[in-house]
Amino acid sequence: MKDEITIEVFNHLVSLAALELDETQAQYLRHELNQQLKAIHELEAVPLEQGLKINAHGVAFTPQTSPQLRTDDWIPFEDTTDILAQLPQSEDRYVVVPDIPHEKLD
Amino acid sequence: MELCDHSGYELSFFLREKKISAQEIVESCLARVANVDGRPGSVDSGEMTLDDTQKVHSFISITAEMARDQAKKIDQKLANGENVGSLAGIPFTTKDIFCVKDTYSTAASRIIANFKAPYTATPVARMLEQDAIMIGKVNLDEFTFGSSNESSAFQPSTRNPWDTTRVPGGSSGGSAASVSAAEATLSLGTDTAGSIRQPAAFCGVVGVKPTYGRVSRYGLIAFASSLDCPGPLARNVTDAAMMLQAIAGADRHDSTAANVAVPDYVGFLDQGVKGLRIGLSPDYFQIVYMDAVSGEMIRHPVSDEIKATVYHAAEVLKEMGAEIIEDVPLPNMRYGIPAFFVISRVEAASNLHRFDGVKYGYRTPQTLSDLNEMYRKTRNEGFGLQPKLRILMGMYVSAAQYSEQYYNRALKVRAMIRHDFDQVFDQKGKYRLNAILTPTTPSTAFPMGDVYGDTVLMQYADQFTVPANHAGIPGISLPGGIAADGLPLGIQLLGSDFSEADLFRIGRAFEEGTQTEAWRSLKPQVLRAGV
Repeated sequence: MKDEITIEVFNHLVSLAALELDETQAQYLRHELNQQLKAIHELEAVPLEQGLKINAHGVAFTPQTSPQLRTDDWIPFEDTTDILAQLPQSEDRYVVVPDIPHEKLD
Repeated sequence: MELCDHSGYELSFFLREKKISAQEIVESCLARVANVDGRPGSVDSGEMTLDDTQKVHSFISITAEMARDQAKKIDQKLANGENVGSLAGIPFTTKDIFCVKDTYSTAASRIIANFKAPYTATPVARMLEQDAIMIGKVNLDEFTFGSSNESSAFQPSTRNPWDTTRVPGGSSGGSAASVSAAEATLSLGTDTAGSIRQPAAFCGVVGVKPTYGRVSRYGLIAFASSLDCPGPLARNVTDAAMMLQAIAGADRHDSTAANVAVPDYVGFLDQGVKGLRIGLSPDYFQIVYMDAVSGEMIRHPVSDEIKATVYHAAEVLKEMGAEIIEDVPLPNMRYGIPAFFVISRVEAASNLHRFDGVKYGYRTPQTLSDLNEMYRKTRNEGFGLQPKLRILMGMYVSAAQYSEQYYNRALKVRAMIRHDFDQVFDQKGKYRLNAILTPTTPSTAFPMGDVYGDTVLMQYADQFTVPANHAGIPGISLPGGIAADGLPLGIQLLGSDFSEADLFRIGRAFEEGTQTEAWRSLKPQVLRAGV
């Protein structure tokens, strides 16, 4: 059976996902993706009922069970220093990153 | 029997009677950890030793000093005659997928191995408010992506206390193992496809997946946001009920935490099962999985041993007054895994895009030409294979040209699974069930290394648990016996939305009905060795 995710499709996905894989990883991941897709194809045999509604969750959230909407108030975090302390690289409480490439849009 | 071997309600009682102190409980747990756990998981673990293969390795970080400080405060409160919380002095572990202020909150991934949470997840905060004592944070599959714990970036990964050559299950493997080995009395886990119930079954403990929305997800590092459910692991039903009582309820930080009153779970426990209708479904007594070579779907019955364990449980409950209804049809259960392959991957991919080396966590130390290169190298070095696989699959099946074929179809199948459950729980319908009784897993704990790498077969380990996640309904896994291979067998009860009180009640009745059975006195291997 032909692989659904070809090397070309796979490389495109890797690029979109902002990943960079070595050959061993790429081979393993593409194989597993194709195996999983074979299992997923079982869904095609399911006779879907007409007008079947989909839910965002299995449990329906009714107005009674949903939390009340609250006002959109800004609540300051108690200690922003704790958050900024997580920055991999910073300068004067600003995030530092390498050059941001720019593309001219058509 | 050490203090740490007692149940939570016994410890709580002894503490209030001033027969023991919270500090003694903590020291007992830490001594047990020192005896059975071995070195904690680490991203720079080096070579495995023989000793490593004989230890449990539940923990990623042990918060001994925090626990001692907390215990001291509880003892002081009691000495002053002040009120203490409902879980006072009861030690617990937290799956390291929850943020806990000032602790490393790693998701068992290199990409946030150095992340120190600036706030505490709601379920953990509620445990602490009730004076439960956190002993440490425990291992899991990386970002919860697995059913064996082997995918953790923090090695050695957790081993099964009943046989350390076996997996503890996953992804809450560290939670289940830590409770099974009595390193703690309770643990907070998460269940997205069975990640509480499957390891609970493998390690011989009780595991509860509450109704979706019963427990807040605030502070939980997300896998699949429409499926994730935080919940308890414990050594008995009463402790699990006490814990759910503490963590359940609406939360202003999570708009999916349902605004539904929390019943008195413990108060309902001993009401018995007389008049309750419990169903058995043939769809839960067969295994369906894909042959790795041919791609054909294979179907065969569960083992006689697993079937006998479930039927024995049904017999026990029948003798206690429950009505057992056989041949309950749940025809769409078999599609739970393929639908999960789609829905969970789409949500996981979305949730994993935030890990990019900019604001927190790992950033590659390599010299970089630009931001895009930083993203690629950081994510390649920081993520293990399982997150990468989920990102790629999630992006593929949700792409504009494929989403109708895959994602939308999977969502419709999820609705059909939900519909199956609605029909059998409908109190005006043909079956009018209060619960469905099933095996929790298609096998006992498998040997380490046997399945890991085959991501399709690994996922099918969750085929009896994942339908409840799709439907959002609650489920509980209970120890149901010990198999011929000496490993625990789990039975599962599923109920309608917010029916946890009924499940606890049935579970407690089953405990009572089997308390004199020989398997109840057996202990995990690491405790039998004279530790």
